[in-house]
Amino acid sequence: MELKPLLIANARLLGGASGSLLAVGGRIAAIDPAERPEGTETVDAKGQWLAPGIIDLGVFATDKPAFHFGGITRAALMPDSGPLDGAGLVERAAKGGKPDLWVHPLAAATKGLAGRELAEIGLMKGAGARAVATGRGRIADAGVMRRVLSYAASLGLTVIAHAEDEGLTHGAVATDGEMATRLGLASAPAIAEAMAIARDLLLVEETGAPLHIRQVTTRRGFDLIRAAKATGLPVTCGITPAHLFLSDTAMGDFRTFARLSPPLRSEDDRRACLAAIADGTIDVLASGHDPRGPEDKRLPFAEALPGMAGAETLLAMGLQLVRDGHATPARLFDLLAANPAKLLGLDAGTLAVGAEADLILIDDGTPWQVDAKKMAAWAGNTPFDGMPMQGRATMLWKGGVRIR
Amino acid sequence: MTSATTRPASDYPPGGDAFRHRDLTGIAQLAPWEISYILDAAEQWVELNRSGAAKHDDALKGLTIINAFFENSTRTLLSFEIAGKRLGADVVNMHAAQSSVKKGETLIDTAMTLNAMRADAIVIRHSASGAVQLIADKVDCPVLNAGDGRHEHPTQALLDALTIRRRKGKVEGLTVAICGDVLHSRVARSNILALTLLGNDVRVVAPPTLIPPALDRMHAVPFTDMDEGLKGADVVMMLRLQNERMDGAYLPSAREYHALYALTPQRLEKAKPDAIVMHPGPMNRGVEIDSSIADDPVRSTITEQVEMGVAVRMACLDILTRRKRGVPGWN
Repeated sequence: MELKPLLIANARLLGGASGSLLAVGGRIAAIDPAERPEGTETVDAKGQWLAPGIIDLGVFATDKPAFHFGGITRAALMPDSGPLDGAGLVERAAKGGKPDLWVHPLAAATKGLAGRELAEIGLMKGAGARAVATGRGRIADAGVMRRVLSYAASLGLTVIAHAEDEGLTHGAVATDGEMATRLGLASAPAIAEAMAIARDLLLVEETGAPLHIRQVTTRRGFDLIRAAKATGLPVTCGITPAHLFLSDTAMGDFRTFARLSPPLRSEDDRRACLAAIADGTIDVLASGHDPRGPEDKRLPFAEALPGMAGAETLLAMGLQLVRDGHATPARLFDLLAANPAKLLGLDAGTLAVGAEADLILIDDGTPWQVDAKKMAAWAGNTPFDGMPMQGRATMLWKGGVRIR
Repeated sequence: MTSATTRPASDYPPGGDAFRHRDLTGIAQLAPWEISYILDAAEQWVELNRSGAAKHDDALKGLTIINAFFENSTRTLLSFEIAGKRLGADVVNMHAAQSSVKKGETLIDTAMTLNAMRADAIVIRHSASGAVQLIADKVDCPVLNAGDGRHEHPTQALLDALTIRRRKGKVEGLTVAICGDVLHSRVARSNILALTLLGNDVRVVAPPTLIPPALDRMHAVPFTDMDEGLKGADVVMMLRLQNERMDGAYLPSAREYHALYALTPQRLEKAKPDAIVMHPGPMNRGVEIDSSIADDPVRSTITEQVEMGVAVRMACLDILTRRKRGVPGWN
């Protein structure tokens, strides 16, 4: 079946000025085209926002219904399930979403994600891996991390790291503070994050290799990233909406949906996260999508596994950042699409002519309410259960083909 | 005891709704007058328990109480069992070692099973913080927390408050030093909550490795020097130190702990001359407390605490089952 040219008219491009977009052959052909090719299919956006499909950097499951609900057209899959430490596994994972979702597997940095021996990163790159990741934990051995960084850099791949010092966080399920003490939960000081970041930044300085910290969630952590960026180090960082909108008080009543890794932080750190969105320190906003069923979550807090189903709420929480004045619409789509695309080396994530026509229409005003029992994701473990949201993706195209 | 220990009626809220909770999961849920209400109610059971051979009441006749203990306990289990039986209830004990928990059944499934057996109250002890709340949310009957992880042990704090009140004539305006492994202690958490709520100055005396973070937010003042922490205290509350804390991770050795933090007669002199010494048991004699103090009937309240434990648990079982039993004014 031949792909018809697609014209999306009467849309607010990136939430800004009104315009139209023409896609031909699965790629963006023109913005505000003077004329349309024969047989063009036209969609009247009726003033909705037109944006690139969200590129979700660092998910733990290929959960297509949730991604499509959330306007996510590409997902970078963390290597933890498997783990993805061989070319064959990477190749199979990459096919997991086709044809209506692109999965970009992240190669495990070490064999079995054990943090000791280098995995076959080169072969995995050949099989489709576009970046390397340390998984849910960090690589404890600084010597191994140094070799991973320089080896991945020689292949043109960024290393995506987790930042928690395992010595400080051993056994902990919360951040030191009043909440953890009142609930009687084992906790670790928030500096566990900055300590891990400090080590890795020195290794970046030493090797010159690019590094992305998947989640930075503390004031001290952002201070380090900010200083490193100022000196020109090739470092970027990300965050999920949970740490922007929730502090550790969300763990009250032992709500295991608020058991996350890294754990929720103090209100002071939460404000530092918002400031880092506003001043440009944060590069990527991701869902951290990690659906967990009741067998993993309906347990005492410390026994429950960390993780949240975040794909469906990512866009709405991002729009909330815009409404609250922490980001402009254009900055939001840098966080959600352009920057992740850059990191993964993808020809997507923007509305530029020539880019892949992965597009979403967004009704930024529609109110809805999160209901953990009625999620599109295969598990409803959202820490935002019951919260009112505003805005959702109404239409979604992958390579110029309408998905929903 | 004397009338001075009983709170005036004006301390209770108007309308007679003296205890508005279905469960007793922690001190954190309670208001000061609710604590006083339980303590007052416990006084009559102290009298009953001391009344010779006829230590029996039929208030809970026909009710089934399940003691579900997922963590080993002798003293607390026995205390709850005696409390239930003295009130005439049918008491059943479930030990984790004998249960299907070991066979991989989840906590929720176990809770549903207990619920289906139509218990009228369930008493739970579990090694994980929050486990009792988790079960309470899934069952239809009152749930009593007999200790969950390092979170809370409310009946222990209530019996300690009753012991203090009877010994000191009041449980407000006192200086209480809680000494030992506070980090891992549910007894300490519940006591900090209860004693600060009732208007006492609470100090925590422990090695820095065993002091939980943000204690100031719970209105407790930390001390790492035992002599300083005991200075002028009315009540010295010792905690049990688990042997596994002394393997080098938190403390270098039992010998060193004894040298720096054990309650010795010399150290006790720093407290007020009439200070009482409490311990939730079981004691490690010669580790956290010297025998000469533990066995001193004037200073030590350790056996009295055990006695108050039964009375307080009778009061809790009585109050929490009143709605079910259709006691007038409770619906």
